[in-house]
Amino acid sequence: MKGVEYEYKGLTEPALKNINFSVNAGEFISIIGSNGSGKSTLAKLLNVLLLPARGEILVNGLSTSNEENRSKIRQNVGMVFQNPDNQLVATMVEDDVAFGPENLGIPGPEIRARVDNALKMVDMDGFQRYSPHKLSGGQKQRVAIAGIIAMEPSCVVLDEPTAMLDPRGRKEVMDTISYLNREKKITIIYITHFMEEASLADKIFVMHRGQIINTGTPEQIFKDIRSLKEVNLDVPLVVELAESLRKEGFSVPGVMSIDGLVNYICS
Amino acid sequence: MFIELKNIFHEYNQDQLVKALVDINLSITGSEFIGLVGHTGSGKSTLVQLLNGLIKPTRGQIIIDGIDITAEKVNLNRIRQKIGLVFQYPEHQLFEETVYEDVAFGPRNLDLNEVEVKKRVEESLALVGLEYEKIKDRSPFNLSGGQQRKVAIAGVLAMKPGVLILDEPSAGLDPRGRDQLIDLLYNLHFEYEMTIILISHRMEEIARLATRVLVLDHGKLVLDGSPQEVFSNRKKMQELGLDLPQITDILHRLRERGFDNIRTDIFTISEASREIVTELRRRD
Repeated sequence: MKGVEYEYKGLTEPALKNINFSVNAGEFISIIGSNGSGKSTLAKLLNVLLLPARGEILVNGLSTSNEENRSKIRQNVGMVFQNPDNQLVATMVEDDVAFGPENLGIPGPEIRARVDNALKMVDMDGFQRYSPHKLSGGQKQRVAIAGIIAMEPSCVVLDEPTAMLDPRGRKEVMDTISYLNREKKITIIYITHFMEEASLADKIFVMHRGQIINTGTPEQIFKDIRSLKEVNLDVPLVVELAESLRKEGFSVPGVMSIDGLVNYICS
Repeated sequence: MFIELKNIFHEYNQDQLVKALVDINLSITGSEFIGLVGHTGSGKSTLVQLLNGLIKPTRGQIIIDGIDITAEKVNLNRIRQKIGLVFQYPEHQLFEETVYEDVAFGPRNLDLNEVEVKKRVEESLALVGLEYEKIKDRSPFNLSGGQQRKVAIAGVLAMKPGVLILDEPSAGLDPRGRDQLIDLLYNLHFEYEMTIILISHRMEEIARLATRVLVLDHGKLVLDGSPQEVFSNRKKMQELGLDLPQITDILHRLRERGFDNIRTDIFTISEASREIVTELRRRD
């Protein structure tokens, strides 16, 4: 993104102001920011659901503002939203997953292979003939991801995909995303209000009032607890506990997980 | 307000028979803040819909303030006024043109005069931390998600319920919004003495707020105790596939790895930090 701006009609303040960043193929990026900071708008710009008022967005070198590029970009950048019930349309799981590739005009036998493969990748193989409404939230969300994967995108953008899930569902979705990134080298752009989830990314973007105010590794971003709290955010609980132990004179390293902290204390 | 559930069973048909609740026996007194915990499908939502009179149990009795709400011809309107229910994503149910009108909807249905209605709208908006003058004439649809959630909760508070039930009220809120909500629930209970039943997957919230934790599994009440008691029972919680508060989880793991005397009934960072420091210094 180069100098990207976006404004919604009727609102005085622009939703996005002067956004500049690049994401490399295969990276796992988390975006954090309070409600209304511009995260969802940014996501929608990536897959041409919205067009920038100013500036340019290039996906694999193709500008989203050029109409000829749009279908190619949409196939390349898949979107997963918060509410799984709004994303599943068919009465059978396999039809839902096939919906995207069918629209791309993929021939029948290949669609079959893509659907089965996508369901395997999200650990939902065997659910082909299930009705989506009988699945748990985590399962539904993984079917939605499979529908995206079946279009063979190079990047998946997820806008708070775990917000409506219980802890088990959240873990299933996070495991799936980590697998797609690590094993299948799919670029992930992951929006979340859960700081623990954000800490799994290679890099975090912090948004505030329509701007990216900080970028860095989870260790770098979560080091500055106070400035995150100033923009209504937080740090993972483990990070805060580690900081509290540091104040007592223990030289705790920059841990991000419960395991990391427990291992340090026990050593 | 005193709530009693006696031998409650609830079943419904969805292709096959689903036993949503199995022999629930429970008394809740007015001074309690209940944390209701369990997997999706464990029966939590069924339970709160029963309490609010939205559905009737297949068998059993529910007595609220001396009134058997499962009896024939009971006046459920009075019950629903006493028991405020905040659904998941309550902002999806905002519908009026202004915030004032939306919050006033409930009290007007109680046939209160406009002076009293206005008073209640002012009070409830203040309770949820919104400025009456600034927000009353705005359209609820042009507010941020966090503000919409507060307006929806204010609409329930304006009915002055004795019991407030909330189903995942912090889902989708940013960290600051979650903290504000926790403060609100704390005040409603400990200052305004409202009985609260909170359904949440976030064990941190439950541990910080609840005076009593109820755990449902496959429609059965499997654990019932103080947060200290319930979250100390790591083995049972693991069997049920439920999370512990992260702090408690860390302390349990430390105990497993040789810190035999470390306390596991702690839920705040500062207390946990002190406990760990004490144990580490003792080792040196």
